[in-house]
Amino acid sequence: MKQAPDFRNLLNKDNNIVQLIAMTILIFVVMTALSPDKFLRYYNFESITYTFPELGLLSIAMMIAMLTGGIDLSVIGIANLSGIFAGVMFKKFTTDAGVADTGFGIVLMGAVVALGTGLVAGALNGLLITRLKITPILATLGTGQVFTGLAIVMTGGPAIVGFPDAWAFIGNGKILGLATPFVLFVVLACLIAFMLRRTTFGINLMLIGTNPKAALFAGLKREKMVLLSYMLTGVMASIAGIILSGRTNAAKSDYGTSYLLQAVLIAVLGGTNPAGGRGTVLGVSIAVTALMLLSSGFQILRFSNHLIDFIWGLFLLLVIALNAYKNRSR
Amino acid sequence: MLRSGPLFHVDGLVMSENFIELRNVRKEFAGVVALKDLSLTIQKGEIHCLAGENGSGKSTLIKIMSGVYQPNAGEIYIDGNKVENLSPMASIEHGVQVIYQDFSLFGNLTVAENLAMNVQLREQRQVLNWRKVREIAKEAVKRLGVDLDLDMDVEKLSTAGKQLVAIARALMSDARLIIMDEPTTALTGKEIETLFRIVKDIQSRGIAILFVSHKMREMLEISEHITVIRNGQKVADGPTGDFDEALITRHMTGSDIISKPYIWDQQKYGSMPPRIETTNLSFGTDLDNINLAIKPGEIVGVSGLLGSGRTELALSLFGMMPGYSGTISINGVQTVLDTPQKAIRAGVAYVPEDRLSEGLFLTQGIDRNMLATSYEKLAPGLLIDQDKAEEWVETMIRDMQIATPTGKKLVKELSGGNQQRVVIARWLLTNAKFLILNGPTVGVDVGSKAEIHRTIRELTQKEGLAVLMISDDVPELVHNCNRIVLMHRGAFVEEMASADTSEDQISDKLKNLT
Amino acid sequence: MAWFQKSEVVIAGILLLAMILIGLVNPAFWSLDNMFSLLRSNVIIGIMALGVLLVMISGGIDVSFPAFAVAAMYLTIKGMLYFNYDGVFLPFVAAATIGALFGCLNAFFVYKFRMIPLIVTLGTGSMVRGFLLGVVGTSIININKMPDALIDFGKSDIISMIKPDGTTYGLTAMVAVYVVLAITLHFVLRYTMIGRGVYAMGGDPEAASRVGFNIRKITFFIYCVAGALAGFAGLLHSGMIWLANPRDFVGLELDVIAAVVLGGASIFGGRGSVLGTMLGVFMLVMVKNSLIIMKIDTTWQRVVVGVIIVIATAITAWRDRRANA
Repeated sequence: MKQAPDFRNLLNKDNNIVQLIAMTILIFVVMTALSPDKFLRYYNFESITYTFPELGLLSIAMMIAMLTGGIDLSVIGIANLSGIFAGVMFKKFTTDAGVADTGFGIVLMGAVVALGTGLVAGALNGLLITRLKITPILATLGTGQVFTGLAIVMTGGPAIVGFPDAWAFIGNGKILGLATPFVLFVVLACLIAFMLRRTTFGINLMLIGTNPKAALFAGLKREKMVLLSYMLTGVMASIAGIILSGRTNAAKSDYGTSYLLQAVLIAVLGGTNPAGGRGTVLGVSIAVTALMLLSSGFQILRFSNHLIDFIWGLFLLLVIALNAYKNRSR
Repeated sequence: MLRSGPLFHVDGLVMSENFIELRNVRKEFAGVVALKDLSLTIQKGEIHCLAGENGSGKSTLIKIMSGVYQPNAGEIYIDGNKVENLSPMASIEHGVQVIYQDFSLFGNLTVAENLAMNVQLREQRQVLNWRKVREIAKEAVKRLGVDLDLDMDVEKLSTAGKQLVAIARALMSDARLIIMDEPTTALTGKEIETLFRIVKDIQSRGIAILFVSHKMREMLEISEHITVIRNGQKVADGPTGDFDEALITRHMTGSDIISKPYIWDQQKYGSMPPRIETTNLSFGTDLDNINLAIKPGEIVGVSGLLGSGRTELALSLFGMMPGYSGTISINGVQTVLDTPQKAIRAGVAYVPEDRLSEGLFLTQGIDRNMLATSYEKLAPGLLIDQDKAEEWVETMIRDMQIATPTGKKLVKELSGGNQQRVVIARWLLTNAKFLILNGPTVGVDVGSKAEIHRTIRELTQKEGLAVLMISDDVPELVHNCNRIVLMHRGAFVEEMASADTSEDQISDKLKNLT
Repeated sequence: MAWFQKSEVVIAGILLLAMILIGLVNPAFWSLDNMFSLLRSNVIIGIMALGVLLVMISGGIDVSFPAFAVAAMYLTIKGMLYFNYDGVFLPFVAAATIGALFGCLNAFFVYKFRMIPLIVTLGTGSMVRGFLLGVVGTSIININKMPDALIDFGKSDIISMIKPDGTTYGLTAMVAVYVVLAITLHFVLRYTMIGRGVYAMGGDPEAASRVGFNIRKITFFIYCVAGALAGFAGLLHSGMIWLANPRDFVGLELDVIAAVVLGGASIFGGRGSVLGTMLGVFMLVMVKNSLIIMKIDTTWQRVVVGVIIVIATAITAWRDRRANA
């Protein structure tokens, strides 16, 4: 009994960033111990820097939606639809020489199409939530179906393949020796982190999530801010979609469906309060790193993907229990 | 003035006149003492008043009697027998029923089901017999002697109707003590009369009533015995005949409030245009042709019952009731206030009724709470000017005398008084010129209350603010306003200069509203 | 409340209107054959919807039930094959029990840690499905290996008809199973204290505990029954399609939640009825199945379902706002 309060103190120390870092180190050490020769290879870490940004961006998108006490269950739909719209556009411009030869301009157009898709989809979510007052869970559940459905309609089922080389660069290339997706992720994460701390929009989101009613009485533009936050969520999801389609050189309606749960999990694990008002990009970034290390370690140990799903779910529940335990001491 | 009930020894049995007796009860929350060695005795079938300011420990005391909280020290006796570890269920079995301010009813269920629920639960029924439910409900309504539509969903009832359902439900549980927590807050004069009639009627059946209130006149009218508590301690108790309003006030607040009414500096501000002026402001049935003008330096009080339109008046001036008819002018310029943002830009500020749920971001720091409305001003470009933000917060913490080492401290860790100062500071930072205060000192301890009043008066006098103060607390209005208007059914019924009126007069007028 | 304001009546009205419309586009809609197959498609979604309804009335939401259903189904059939058991009653009891045990897990986390049910059930769902596929197996159990008794049970019809061309068609007896479960749940919700407790909890959890409802007991009841219904539906499904696929039911939660919302239940709790839910299920299944009849490309199916969810939730949100105004 005497030990318990000390343990709680330790957990409470400086929110949960310390705790997250400790967890990451622990995972790193355990995985290294279990399979030192394979886990510690440079190639392993390099491949993580290619795969984790998609999930990382989706998790940050989820966190942004959660800041106002909402959730966005349509992020995967948005990501896939963005990739598919871009792919469809590339198909239209395909010359006999093939898309591969087309220039930088068309890739830029593709990016605009994809980002535009995310923006419009996010705006649709935001309008349903702020104007029609549909609960975020149900609104995004419904739009997620619509987006995925449209993706099926656009593709007829099978994947769209044959993206231009420059597009593939976004998912597979290197900038200054670092994976392009990784560079993109770091830049975007810094941008969002900065935005949440230093702009009116960011702080308004925190305040709205903490107490929507008080936000109204403080004269905050609640509806506008929430709408903008879902638009931002949509754009983040579409960037994840661009990276995903670039990396795999394909776009399909049912890619990355397991990402949805993982994005929620990482957001919560990263210290985001699903009821709103609390969340940091740093926390989410560390959480995604930790879980990618775990996931890659398990893959090296030849665990099946399904078992990893199991462990993710278990992790989520453990985090819930741990957070509840922490809060009780306050 | 401690009182212990007379004991009768009949054949070795201990018979007591007392229903419940608390002896030296103490309750702490995380080191903060909420109740200090408090003793309270309620006799069978008496109407007992528990008086105290908000935050004096009244609700903690109720929760100890209803078994929700366990005291850290002290003893509880029911019917002369010591009770250990009183649980909510045990408390109900002993016949203690609490009618909370929110009534604890189920809006999604019918009146009949709400009425019958306790009986069904107490009988530990597994299966529900709807015919029985109706019988119980009919019986409940009959016992109370009122008329209620049993098939209506409770959420569609008026506040008074909901209260009747709550009382009827309590009666069905074979109550021996009914605790009513601030039962008159939302009722009209007529409804209060009906309530009092019902309370007397309940008493005549040998059921004790604990009437928890902070309204003096009501206590004196209804009760036989009064206990006054302050800061978790009992400061006085005795038969109602021994008390008068002044005495209760003195016990409740710990001091005689001898302050002169606020005087408006007409010389300085009289020639200026009114900060706010409305002509024939109306909104549905909530507001009925309100004509109000407040000049700089004026504090105008609004008194009225809950639902009299006083909150709607505040909201419409804050831009939260678009679609009103009539006109609103600010500093002599007619303006359409259809969003809070417009109102704020025009210099209007609103300190809402319920600080915790409408005013504050509890889990955020003092700084963000104070700056909430000012961020756009702090970020002319894209980024917030951090240095300026810090400076503003520091200045306000100093000026408003908020007890905190840093602006980062979470608002939930502050006392009620300090919290309210944070809300007021938020509006001062917007350079508001017209301040609407809805229940400015609800839940604030006596010391902070005087401090907040002083700040408001000073600001108004020096800066030429105009203030509209809405309050249930008649003394608060009389002492801080230069004028008081009485509101009823969405209309102004009377206007008085504070200097020419007294608390009694206003209370009487409020009571006679129908 | 006037009868025409009841949500069930409104839903029934819309449903009837939709049926007439579809019938106008293609009269084949009204054929007995089509009706029977429609009813058949109601069974599994319907039984699961009953569980979700229970959760939603209490103010929660459940997205874990498809995982529970598939796990209960697969484990039970694996067990039957292992013990070489061929029967009906015991396996269904087993499947429901497995589902209920998983449901306990939900209840435990929701009650004990007061965590948002959506997050909890996302976690338990992922865990259970991951466990099933990662540990138990991923191979489909085909008709030749499926226990015969289950298939025979799934095949039984209430009504059998012969078409002019000689083929037979009928109304599956599983519809009766569904109806019996629905009626049972209706009675539990309407005529037992625990059922009323579910409504009370959805109306105001704080008040419910004040008047003396045992919130823990009710929470466990809700999630265990929801789990049991899912487990039962899972096994029934495999009997009806004659195979057991551990990857089944992916994404089904969306359809089921849509159906329950369509049936007038409020996501904020306190409102919802069995009859409404059954109508909602019928509406959803009918629209999905009728796309083919109406000659709309099946790729549009998900778009249509999504749009229906959005419209239905918008209407309920509007209704709830009006009720509170």
